Amino acid sequence: MALLAFFASIPYDQILIQTVNGVVTGMILALVASGLTLIFGIMDVVNFAHGELFMLGAYMGVVVLAATGNFWIALILATLVIALLGAALQVTTLRPLIGRDPLTTILATFGISLVLQNYALWQFGPVARKIQEPFTGHFTLFYLEYPWYRLMIAGLSAAIIGAFWLFLKYSIYGIWIRATAQDRIMAQAMGIPVPWVYTFVFAIGAGMAAASGVLFGPLVGVNHAMGLDWVLKAFIVVVVGGMGNLGGSIAASIFISLMETYASIWVSPTLAVIVSFVVLILTLLFRPTGLFVPTPK
Amino acid sequence: MTQRATIAYWTGFCVVLALLIVAPLVLPEFWRRFLTEILIWGLLAMSSDILIGYTGMVSFGHSAFFGLGMYGAAAALLTLTPPMLSLAILYGLIAATGVAAFVAYFATRLRDIYFAITTLIFSQIFYVIIFTWTEVTGGENGLTFSRPPLAIPGLLSVPFTPDTLHWFVLATVTASYLILRRITQSPFGMVLQSIRENEARTRAIGYAVERYKIAAVMLSGLFAGLAGVLYALQNKFAAPDFVFFLVSGEVVIFNVMGGIGTLVGPIVGAGAFLLLREAFSRFFTEFYLIPLGVIFIAMVIFMPQGLLGFMRRWLNR
Repeated sequence: MALLAFFASIPYDQILIQTVNGVVTGMILALVASGLTLIFGIMDVVNFAHGELFMLGAYMGVVVLAATGNFWIALILATLVIALLGAALQVTTLRPLIGRDPLTTILATFGISLVLQNYALWQFGPVARKIQEPFTGHFTLFYLEYPWYRLMIAGLSAAIIGAFWLFLKYSIYGIWIRATAQDRIMAQAMGIPVPWVYTFVFAIGAGMAAASGVLFGPLVGVNHAMGLDWVLKAFIVVVVGGMGNLGGSIAASIFISLMETYASIWVSPTLAVIVSFVVLILTLLFRPTGLFVPTPK
Repeated sequence: MTQRATIAYWTGFCVVLALLIVAPLVLPEFWRRFLTEILIWGLLAMSSDILIGYTGMVSFGHSAFFGLGMYGAAAALLTLTPPMLSLAILYGLIAATGVAAFVAYFATRLRDIYFAITTLIFSQIFYVIIFTWTEVTGGENGLTFSRPPLAIPGLLSVPFTPDTLHWFVLATVTASYLILRRITQSPFGMVLQSIRENEARTRAIGYAVERYKIAAVMLSGLFAGLAGVLYALQNKFAAPDFVFFLVSGEVVIFNVMGGIGTLVGPIVGAGAFLLLREAFSRFFTEFYLIPLGVIFIAMVIFMPQGLLGFMRRWLNR
């Protein structure tokens, strides 16, 4: 009887709504985290500044949107500008560190994140900005008017990741990137311009972060500290999904977002964050190599 | 170590110590407080150096140990009557070391970057808990309390003055320095350094590397907690801001600026950082982190040894 009462008390409609919500945030998180994973997997760089690139991307979106009034131009332009910024950052600060202890890259990118975050605060002020959604249609999901835009975010994130995966798999530059990831010295010997591959990879990662920033902008306000939250989540995802593993981090993003949204049915959203921490701790305990990777032989 | 180097080292030590003892008598109020703060942050950075410089593990979670030290002291001062200094220190140390043991148990399973990220995430866990558990921790507002008298049980009990507070902090930091220095030269410290140099070989020789690592994190957490207690005593409050991971980041900056693996270096780094912050905040107001961040990046690239790195050998004899 108690069991029956429990099943009867589960709010199934809420669970379905939260599933949709979880997948949407999960896809954005996947877009952020796959940039982070990419940079880590190929360059051995833990990019602490990733959240700041996300945040600057959102701000670029705000600026371009204000100038042109078109969301899609804002999305593309912000992605390109932040990708260029990423390339510039990589050339000036990370390239000198190639071949040194990977830990020094954490320090350098941490410095970058401090600078960028305070720059944003200085340039744009502490008041949150808003990005207008490109379309405001709704559809009815139980008692809710669910915006189409959210579903579009999920679709677009999936498309970007998919396109990137195809690029990595089939294009000549994708092959260069994978070759560099496998063996840097051999790749160099085969005539691949390894330092430029690194720059390119960092630029792509930065661009992906910026794109997710612009896409996410309409859901919450854009402010200078929004990156912190995301970079922490992305770190959890990257550890849970297995470091440097693209598929794993996408699976982990959706998994963790779903867990968090389900938890927020019962507890407050701030406490729901703890669920992702618990997932992380359990992963570290039982599968420190990551949840979504094949067991190493 | 030659006789001469020993004499030079201890002479230098005594001169610096003497200067720090006299300082509060000559310095104006603002700079005295500033100096006390440098010493406290220096102790925190020094505790982190045990991991970064000696064991080769970069901890991005020292804010958790520091913060738990603060909250531990706050708990003792708010719940026990009469509030006692010794119990505040004891509570703070227990809280910090307990948390350090918890973090170490999980984080030491991973190495290098993974360790850094895991400690970072753990410190965020404690931040979220402290931030949301308003009934106990005061949430965003933190806890305020009054400073207990400077008391050694059965010996003396006098209220803290700004000067005695400075001397108390100085004595604690000096004692911690000497203890940590002794530890790094002990067989235990040698094992830690061999883990830094070559973990696989250390394991092959037969040392239980994991246990040494956990012990190192706990030791580090203990002294970080002590720094937290001192900071709580100085400022008479505990706030969740100090558990936030940016504090951990600053601690790592102190280490890199001052020179890792030197113990004194981090204190110098903390001093340099706080002085630069003071100077820049006159021109850049609250955006002082922009020039400081640029300096930090430049130091990582061009001066990885830090300010005192060139005397690392000499300081560790």
